[in-house]
Amino acid sequence: MTLATKLAPLAVSVALAASGVAHAAGSSDSDAEREARWRDVAASIFKDRTIQPTETLVKVEAPKRAEDAALVPITLTMPEKDRVQAVHLVIDDNPSPYAAHFRFGPAADPSELRLRVRVNNYTNIHAVAETKDGALYEATKFVKASGGCSAPMGMSDEEAMKGMGEMRMKFAGEAQAGKPVEATLMIRHPNFSGMQMNQVTRDYTPARYINTVTVDTGNRNVFVMDGDISIASNPVINFAFLPAGPVKVTATDNQGGRWEHSFTVPSASN
Amino acid sequence: MRAGDAAAPGLEARAALSRRRALLTAFGGFCLCCLPGRPRAEALALEEVGPGVFVRRGPNAEASPDNADAIANTGFIVGRDGVLVTESGGSLADGQWLRSEIRKRTDKPIRHVVMSHVHPDHCFGAAAFAEDGPTFIGHHALGAALEARGEYYRKRLADVLGADKAGSVVYPTLGVTEGAVIDLGDRTLRFTAHPSAHTPTDLSMIDSGSGLLFTGDLLSVGRIPSLDGSLNGWLKEIDRLKGFGAARAVPGHGPVSVDLAPALADLARYLGTLRDETRRAIAADVPIEKAVGTVAQSERAKWDLFDDYNARNVTVAYKELEWE
Repeated sequence: MTLATKLAPLAVSVALAASGVAHAAGSSDSDAEREARWRDVAASIFKDRTIQPTETLVKVEAPKRAEDAALVPITLTMPEKDRVQAVHLVIDDNPSPYAAHFRFGPAADPSELRLRVRVNNYTNIHAVAETKDGALYEATKFVKASGGCSAPMGMSDEEAMKGMGEMRMKFAGEAQAGKPVEATLMIRHPNFSGMQMNQVTRDYTPARYINTVTVDTGNRNVFVMDGDISIASNPVINFAFLPAGPVKVTATDNQGGRWEHSFTVPSASN
Repeated sequence: MRAGDAAAPGLEARAALSRRRALLTAFGGFCLCCLPGRPRAEALALEEVGPGVFVRRGPNAEASPDNADAIANTGFIVGRDGVLVTESGGSLADGQWLRSEIRKRTDKPIRHVVMSHVHPDHCFGAAAFAEDGPTFIGHHALGAALEARGEYYRKRLADVLGADKAGSVVYPTLGVTEGAVIDLGDRTLRFTAHPSAHTPTDLSMIDSGSGLLFTGDLLSVGRIPSLDGSLNGWLKEIDRLKGFGAARAVPGHGPVSVDLAPALADLARYLGTLRDETRRAIAADVPIEKAVGTVAQSERAKWDLFDDYNARNVTVAYKELEWE
């Protein structure tokens, strides 16, 4: 399964919603069944490439039991940051498992990356780090949660789309030569999964989600993220980078939305 | 149902048995849940809290096979022309118990069944009254909310209780937009459909015969409030409830009736603490996964089920407040 195939027409999304409900429990699957599912999903994303387990190249942290299945905080740590060129996040039992793919640029510091996802079932969450020599390494974490992809927003679609594309960025620390700065990027966007029922029309709201986020500093790239319906509404991404000028964020969604914002990194010399 | 399930407070099968037993042994010295084959609902009594107003207290527990999800305060009001069920109960079994209790006290027709909001411990008793053909009264947004969540709730409830006891999803036949009045002949019920607060579907009512305000879960006493709507909205609606002129209230959870002002003050203190400390966490760049363990901890000893709900409340509050 590739990210491109997630441009699911509404009918497909509705079918997914129905099957999602049918499998809502998902808690009784055996380890063997979970392993088989991971092999299927991994084959669809990585084809026949070998994926080795790792204790060091990537770690995935998540709550054992999510407080809110529609907002599950995930932390990916990659301490050997200079070896990593990309990381893939896969939520095995989600209707669309391939949640996100980050490709890191020269200004990235991938040692810690945080984002929030939807979890639809008790599931393994896999992080697959891709090293610069093209090898793949996986780490996994089991999370108990259900219904995250179909959970209604608790407001009308119009209200949920208010301010769509608005962005904020918070910086922790100041720019100093050669030192990474931590940043939190917030994007206003409902990230409709296609599995949520509109509270007024009682139809499923068509999937509308952020499919790419590009972050640059000066003329250097920090990362490009490909996203999917498993990213929680109003996406928040926390990352570190090596400042080389103003930060420019470009986000697009699967329905042609495109937003660009620039932010100034606080400087130590001020 | 777990705290981690989307929008599903009130259905937690893993509630500590010891806690339930301790709670129950405090009332009468024996463990009611050990009585064979009897849902605990049958053992809990209705109290007359006002003229013709009967309320059953729900224990501060989560849904379990022992309690048949009879965990919310339910009851009924007898008027000249008929009976109004103030809250349907947490399962078909719970609703059937309430119906049989009504029939022990009056033969008047059951004309109205109120569903105070979308949560299963308040809605799933409704099916027990289908044979009476009542008007099912809910917030105007309740129907859509049940369309979105009802079947999911039903499955999870059936997992805990068994499908025969869980019951089916019943939709409101009267959706209240802003306000409505129901006349029982010698008393009226004045309804208010609230903007998003505890949930986006909260309905309250005042009984003219007793002066009691029925808050649904807009007020929870002793049991930690669960946030599934809007924190700022809820704090606003607390002020509004204060202005309704009622001195006593029947809360959604807690004692069968309480003095309204101090109960609302406790609720406002918790929600205010949740709001202020979440805002501070956001301002200090404390990420959500850390904030769930630090916010509102001073409230821990003051509420039952704190550890089951506070972290979830922080999560809901955080995503509402981070965009302020």
